[in-house]
Amino acid sequence: MARQEIQLRCRRVVHGRASGELLVSGDDICFYLVNPDDGVVIDKGHDLEGHSVAGKVLVFPNGKGSSVVQLDGLYQLGAKGNLPAAMVVGTLDTVLVACAVILEIPTVTGVDLAAFNDVEDGMVVTVDADRGLIVSEG
Amino acid sequence: MRLTSQDRRMLEGDYGEGAAIAMQVLVGIGEAFDAPHLVDVSRTHVALSNQDGDRWFAEKLADAGAVSRVPPTVNPGFNVAYFKSRYDLDQQAAEEMRRTHDAYRRLGARLTYNCTPYLELNIPRQGEIVAFSESSATPYVNSVWGARSNRESAQSALCSAITGRTPLYGLLLDENRAGQVVVDVRGQLVDEFDYHLLGWYVAKRIGSHVPVFTGIPRDVSPESLMNLGAELNTAGACPMYHIVGVTPEAPTLDAALGGKPAIDRILVTEDDLRSQREELSEPSGRIEFAMLGCPHLTLAQLSKIAATIKGRHFAVEFFVLTSFATREQARRMGLLDQVERAGGQVVADTCPDQPCWRHLMGKRGVTDSLKCSYYTRRRAQSYVLRSVQDCVEAAIRGEA
Repeated sequence: MARQEIQLRCRRVVHGRASGELLVSGDDICFYLVNPDDGVVIDKGHDLEGHSVAGKVLVFPNGKGSSVVQLDGLYQLGAKGNLPAAMVVGTLDTVLVACAVILEIPTVTGVDLAAFNDVEDGMVVTVDADRGLIVSEG
Repeated sequence: MRLTSQDRRMLEGDYGEGAAIAMQVLVGIGEAFDAPHLVDVSRTHVALSNQDGDRWFAEKLADAGAVSRVPPTVNPGFNVAYFKSRYDLDQQAAEEMRRTHDAYRRLGARLTYNCTPYLELNIPRQGEIVAFSESSATPYVNSVWGARSNRESAQSALCSAITGRTPLYGLLLDENRAGQVVVDVRGQLVDEFDYHLLGWYVAKRIGSHVPVFTGIPRDVSPESLMNLGAELNTAGACPMYHIVGVTPEAPTLDAALGGKPAIDRILVTEDDLRSQREELSEPSGRIEFAMLGCPHLTLAQLSKIAATIKGRHFAVEFFVLTSFATREQARRMGLLDQVERAGGQVVADTCPDQPCWRHLMGKRGVTDSLKCSYYTRRRAQSYVLRSVQDCVEAAIRGEA
């Protein structure tokens, strides 16, 4: 089987460079509904329910949730060392951007998320927000 | 993004480390949204939550010496003294609230502990640029007052309070404020409870578009508008709406739509609202408490409750949450006495989603607020949903 490769241009939201396994979601994410102890999504019916976001390059369409719960969810993940390594977001909202800036999570946007449709979860990629690049490793 | 020399000096720490952190956050948001520059804000409201993340960021800024240039009003945590005197308040919970209070005090916030500042404590006029977080507050200042605020997070609003600035993007710009989906309300909206149901129902139908309501009476009450926005922006991400003939940017349907065709049109009937209530409510039956005041009840609502209960007595715990200002007015007017004689409690400075309510865990209550019912699920409270008046009757009978 041919090894998959990706190389995508993107736009910086929060600076930084990080690598991790890809974890792709088609659903909006509320980080309040993620277990801080292991990073596992507990939002009922979410397509990532039962999967851990910890250390992953997390690809998802948008954040969801009120103006206060998103930060608390991410803060708790950070306190347990279970934040995503980087975030690739479809549509930006103020709440999610503020959280990413405050918690210094490398974050990018401006990518057609359909590019991730055929990519297997588990592929290791590097997000370089400053150079605007997402590249597969190896 | 273009920065003024003062913005830049703030970013580089000339105004202290705390202001620099706040400015970094705003510049980050501005760049993410391609804002050309920052603009001044004249008012701010911070959805203080007393959660760990909220406290951590407030303490980080306060420890770094940040002080508000545009002092924000703040949301409620809980009233430590009140719960200490009546309930077995967890020591750790009391200590955490004390730390939150201390951090916001050091930041120079107006310690209003109230989620309806747009009704009595922090009211903008049309066109003012403000930074208001809190799900019921952002839609109210945008839609009813015609002020301009993005759907701020508690933290971005706090950064604006400290710097006096916000990036120019989103709802601060004319082109993003126009309505997109027409919501035609058919049938009678009886009281403010129906607006809770309407807000939730519409948010689930239209996603993050700006709705334009038709069919809402011109004399719609402030309480109804408060509930409508709270649910629109809790069930969805909807910080702005128009009501034709009511809200200032909607003198006509065409004006509300910014002269463009609507991208969609939906009908809402009384049946839709009834089924929305059935979907979210616990079934009728015995209840163990009543919780009113999410958002905080107004003096008009409290007066109506007091008039209803004259000489009667509650069978279960009955809580009205409100602002310190409303509670004090109610005390002077004798309304507080009436509620207390019936066995009810009027509690200031307190939100239903706080650790002070440990004694309600696993219990079934009645409330008029879908938002209250939604956010307290993780505190193991469950709710029958009824109008305020029906909640009062239910609390007297012990059954909803």
